Amino acid sequence: MDLLGNLALGLSTALTPENLLWCFVGVLLGTLVGVLPGIGPTATIAMLLPITFSFEPVTALIMLAGIYYGAQYGGSTTAILLNLPGESSSAVTAIDGHEMAKRGRAGPALATAAIGSFVAGTVGTLVLVLFAPPLARTALQFGPPENFSLVVLGLVFSIALARGSAIKALAMVMLGLLFGTVGADLATATPRFTFGIRELFSGINFVSVAVGMFGIAEILRNLENERTRSTVVQAVKGLMLTRADARRIVAPVLRGTALGSVLGVLPGGGHILASFASYSVEKRVSKRPETFGHGAIEGVAGPESANNAAAQTSFIPLLTLGLPAHPVMALMVGAFIIQGITPGPNVIREEPALFWGLIVSMWIGNLFLVMLNLPLIGIWVRMIRIRYNVLFPAIVVFAAIGTLSLALNPFDVYAIAFFGILGYALIKLGCEPAPLLLGFVLGPLLEQHLRRALTISQGDPSVFITRPISLVLLIAAALALLFAVLPSIRRKREVVFQEEE
Amino acid sequence: MQQRAIRDVLAGLIFVAFGAAFAITAASYEVGSALRMGPGYFPIMVGGLTVFFGVLVIAKGILVGESGEVGEIPWRAIALVLGAVLFFGFTVRGLGLVPAIFVTALMSSFASRTTTLKAGPLIAAGLTILCVLVFVVALRLRLPLFGPWLGA
Repeated sequence: MDLLGNLALGLSTALTPENLLWCFVGVLLGTLVGVLPGIGPTATIAMLLPITFSFEPVTALIMLAGIYYGAQYGGSTTAILLNLPGESSSAVTAIDGHEMAKRGRAGPALATAAIGSFVAGTVGTLVLVLFAPPLARTALQFGPPENFSLVVLGLVFSIALARGSAIKALAMVMLGLLFGTVGADLATATPRFTFGIRELFSGINFVSVAVGMFGIAEILRNLENERTRSTVVQAVKGLMLTRADARRIVAPVLRGTALGSVLGVLPGGGHILASFASYSVEKRVSKRPETFGHGAIEGVAGPESANNAAAQTSFIPLLTLGLPAHPVMALMVGAFIIQGITPGPNVIREEPALFWGLIVSMWIGNLFLVMLNLPLIGIWVRMIRIRYNVLFPAIVVFAAIGTLSLALNPFDVYAIAFFGILGYALIKLGCEPAPLLLGFVLGPLLEQHLRRALTISQGDPSVFITRPISLVLLIAAALALLFAVLPSIRRKREVVFQEEE
Repeated sequence: MQQRAIRDVLAGLIFVAFGAAFAITAASYEVGSALRMGPGYFPIMVGGLTVFFGVLVIAKGILVGESGEVGEIPWRAIALVLGAVLFFGFTVRGLGLVPAIFVTALMSSFASRTTTLKAGPLIAAGLTILCVLVFVVALRLRLPLFGPWLGA
């Protein structure tokens, strides 16, 4: 096959000076928000999305993707040095990584995280190259019933992998679907839930939803009880791994990469699950499980590789099915749409330069990250000293201007306040915001596919179970739902997630 | 009602309220049939499901009641941060970017109790300069620096 030709096309796209520059800016920003607690990649990408409006589509996506996997990387630095996971997926890294740092082995821990991440990023990108095209070809044959069932499956997965109560997550998805219906109805152009306000005819802007639920709500959470962070960091010396260390991390890195590559494809936060799963696997196969929690290098190597591999492969459902695996990918859907491209199986055929350019840029971005992270460790550590009372007003202002600049519509700014307070209330009441955002983004698709499928079948709903692919997808969704609701499995999951607290 | 159930009950009520509001509003649109769905069909269906799951959340809260208390609510931060965002939306066209950004940043910086009276204006001034550089100089956002309300 012309895989080499495709990769060459990708290389020539990713290596233009402009794309290289923005890839670099993206991973730099990503590392920064990964390092800074209190601001995550979801809020950052939501805020910066409007800025990328004026870019070429491929440049915009390269930069936004860079922020995402850069943040996975940056989160591990603070997890190791300060026991402050900047990202939820690096919470596991903190367990043994920070123990290593306390024993004066911060250097090897950081090096392990960097090497593991790079290996995983490379393999994850390869998996993407190998599996995305055939999957996209399969998805191209899907009709409306299959697409409907696929979206249902995606939404159910986002519930199954969300933390906390599954019923609440289901209700959040439904609420998201409802907000997604605001605006002119696609089929009949009837304005819905607009209350005569013209600004609402085009619907609620998803940037407002994302910035409100992930940016503003998070700020309010952090202002509940303000603590001053301790920023005492010992100097990091000696990044080199000893020969014994190197031998110990080979197998965990490979296992973590494999686990992450598989789990990353699952919708709903596979990268967080991947790092937790990898940690428990390493602990189980280890000959010295008692060293875990006391600075076992395997406990850094495995999870770090897993979350980075998952970060790469979580692009697979987005690029091949148009199905976002988690909130960041939902924002990427938005980035595609802003650029006038519908994400899904057509992208690979109609925009090959964009598709392959984006993939190749991820590998280049991973290379940047290794070069950035290790030598500049001192700078990243100093970044943590940025006080939160300077950081959060900046987030508020950037969120407001960024959202306004999208369409110069003040209504989009008011919507931030609405979703900020709604998101804060719901999070405080134990509901995760991610399913709502996914429901919001996927709602219009779900309705469209439902209508088309039922029109084709003359209004007969059995079309969803008589078409084999659709049936399989729905059975998978039902199993995932069962998995999420069954109390015995839930309890085990809670245990896994509890270590995160 | 048990104290412990309060979070589930409140969350459930939010779902029921939104679900019902959407479903009732949608009932005034053309509903249509499964074959030819009107604009009201999907929202009524999903609104009904939202109410259903909201009721389940409430029921589970009352019967099982495993969630904790609501905890502290930072009223001052909520008022200042949301106020800042709304202020920006209302005034950016009239006042122009510079005053709108400055006041927005000032209001939100005082949402934190650790910000001193001296630090607030400094943070706001710094952010205003940064935002003008990023959005006006670099990204050429087409909004006036000082707006018509100020006679500019």
